[in-house]
Amino acid sequence: MPTELNVPDAAAKTAEAASQEFETEKMSLAMGPSHPSTHGVLRLQLELDGETVTKCDPVLGYLHRGDEKIAENMTYNQFVPYTDRLDYLAPLANNAAYAAAVEQLANLEVPARCQSIRVITSELARVSSHLMGLGAYGIDVGAWSVFLYSFTEREKLYTLFEELTGARFTTSYSRIGGVARDMPEGWTDRVLEFCEQFLPILDEILKLLTRNKIFMDRTVDVGVITAEDAIGYGMSGPNLRGSGVKSDLRKDRPYWGYDQYEFDVPVGSKGDCYDRYLCRGEEMKQSVSIIRQAIAKLPGGSYYAEDARKIFAPRKDKVMSSMEELINNFMIVTEGPQMPAGEVYFEAENPKGTLGFFIVSKGGGVPWRMKIRGPSFCNLSILPHICKNELVSDVVSILGSLDFVMGECDR
Amino acid sequence: MIDLYLNLPVWVQATIKGLIAIGVLIPVAGACSMAERKVSAWIQGRPGPNRAIVPWVAWIPFVGKALQRLGVFHLMADGAKFVFKEDVVPGHVNKFYYYVAPLVALIPALCTIVVVPFGAYIDATTETLKPLILADVDVGILAVFAIGSLSVYALILAGWASNSKYPFLGGVRASAQLISYELSMTLSVIPVFLWVNAPGGNGTLSLFDVVESQSQAGFLGGMWFIFLMPMCAFIFLVALFAETNRQPFDMPESESDLVGGFHTEYGEFKWSLFFVAEYVHMTIGSGVFVLLFLGGWNPLPWIPLEMVISSMPMWLGALVGVGCFLGKTFFFIFFFMWVRWTLPRFRYDQVMKLGWQKLLPLAIANVIFYALAIAMIELS
Repeated sequence: MPTELNVPDAAAKTAEAASQEFETEKMSLAMGPSHPSTHGVLRLQLELDGETVTKCDPVLGYLHRGDEKIAENMTYNQFVPYTDRLDYLAPLANNAAYAAAVEQLANLEVPARCQSIRVITSELARVSSHLMGLGAYGIDVGAWSVFLYSFTEREKLYTLFEELTGARFTTSYSRIGGVARDMPEGWTDRVLEFCEQFLPILDEILKLLTRNKIFMDRTVDVGVITAEDAIGYGMSGPNLRGSGVKSDLRKDRPYWGYDQYEFDVPVGSKGDCYDRYLCRGEEMKQSVSIIRQAIAKLPGGSYYAEDARKIFAPRKDKVMSSMEELINNFMIVTEGPQMPAGEVYFEAENPKGTLGFFIVSKGGGVPWRMKIRGPSFCNLSILPHICKNELVSDVVSILGSLDFVMGECDR
Repeated sequence: MIDLYLNLPVWVQATIKGLIAIGVLIPVAGACSMAERKVSAWIQGRPGPNRAIVPWVAWIPFVGKALQRLGVFHLMADGAKFVFKEDVVPGHVNKFYYYVAPLVALIPALCTIVVVPFGAYIDATTETLKPLILADVDVGILAVFAIGSLSVYALILAGWASNSKYPFLGGVRASAQLISYELSMTLSVIPVFLWVNAPGGNGTLSLFDVVESQSQAGFLGGMWFIFLMPMCAFIFLVALFAETNRQPFDMPESESDLVGGFHTEYGEFKWSLFFVAEYVHMTIGSGVFVLLFLGGWNPLPWIPLEMVISSMPMWLGALVGVGCFLGKTFFFIFFFMWVRWTLPRFRYDQVMKLGWQKLLPLAIANVIFYALAIAMIELS
């Protein structure tokens, strides 16, 4: 009995296969907390469609130490070392910002020399922090040597910090009402020397990336943040200025006499990763210019507020010779600098953005409540918004361009 | 000695040759890893590894210090570490393929050396130039491509067997990238062989014949192919970077987004096999580039090796040839490292776009152009 040949209709089969939708699944990928380019312990819970990110969920808190609660249990001066560990890439700037906040609570004006020292150290910290941001960004897009070059410059800065404060990393330089000690002999000359040799090297480092085709492919039009979004998400610092918003507290609300210095505030045009990178590069040059001006017109006088007797501990030679000063010293060390009751909010333009301290005092040497506004925390809040529909490699590029520090984000 | 060797059975000869190939290539790969660290240090303005030293060697004046500065002992310490480290196998892997993948990476890499000539000598009886080669097969370059491209299986296997997300992404990227660049690479060498195989002659794909046709008399005859066909050389070099997974094309293991890519879950000796395979690939790739475009063992353009060594004893002539070839190869290995430590890395989709939309059309146009040009020359 002849069997009927069953020849499948190939064309019909193909058409049927094409009309059927493939069963695709989204993949969830945990980027971090231990991942080479999440710069510390940030964790991004990504949802991937192939290599495209469909959802990005930042998970914070891996570095939470409860700094704000710790502050309630110690005197104002004792909290200075904790501010080192906020943005640990720019401790000098944090120290000064914190001290300025407490001084505002006491309605205390520090002398001009102290202000100049704070400007110089804060700008040096800015250079150091941006160098790190630049180098780490280099690694994120695969250019390793940039990191080593910028790190070499940072080492020189750390040597200067060590001379000034005795520590390379955690400087704890500020005290309420002044700084820990005056600048050592000839230190400003060495800072100027550093500035002199730094600018050509910076140009060389930037030259490796700025017009590099591969680098531009990786950064231009990647992670675009519009000006409205940037303001809406409370971003600050170079990330905000990269989006074209000309906002810099040093210009808008000058503190420590920033209004006497001439400098430009670089702003971007598109708000992509490339603009943020360019802003940081230019800010370093402006910082160097500020440092030079500050050293050129460095005023003499005291480096601490001498009339604030219940706030800044007296000098050692006075403690040894005068009964009253001895008692004063004892009181400040044990009870803390005496503050009036009140509330104050002060924010300074830190390398990463606006670092704010909100302090509620009920009098005495210990704050009743302190709230820290970490710029990295606010800057990271935009991640779910801008990481959508980007590739996995772009997420790395965006993270690097936001230049965050988890110490400040988690506090 | 040579008679004794020639009287041995063929399989013993083959084994000896194979052992020599392994014995040469693995130390070269090790030396490459040392060079990588030193070159990167040099580029980044730091001293690099310069501490480790073995006591007895340290007592030799000058030499001991020089070896220490070169970081030679770091290399040995590294090697020893890989062998003696605890063999950690994650619980979630597919054990069989997990163990097989590093072998699949290394074996094809070592096999390709068999058909790559690495020097030449003048045969005393026939007075002609003979290649120094383990197996002089006619299909030369085809065998290199065929065996070399097997290594993509290693990356896919490793990515799949690791049963983990980052290696999986690395493996997927590897398969796409290696396949797309293989096309341009193969197309880029076609003009070379069109030029070598003049109509009427014996068709050959042997790499020895490619070098031979770069050492002829006359202006065109003595010209290296890099000058004659710069576009082919460029396409081949770019594709070679992609094929060996070197930056800026190191997508399968791009460590800033995929942690370690396909070898994230690998450790100790198995990891070092991948590592060695990468360097062996790089060495052989550079060697093939030198043979195809830089005149192989010819010391300079228009100065063939035969002219230089004709008055030397056979062993010295062979050494000179090998020296010229190795010198050029090492320069290219240095070039690979130089690029790696200077350039940022492409994004995955950019690599694919570059491969399919720029390099492949360029390679096809290149083949057509040279085919027409060679036909014109032949007709006239």
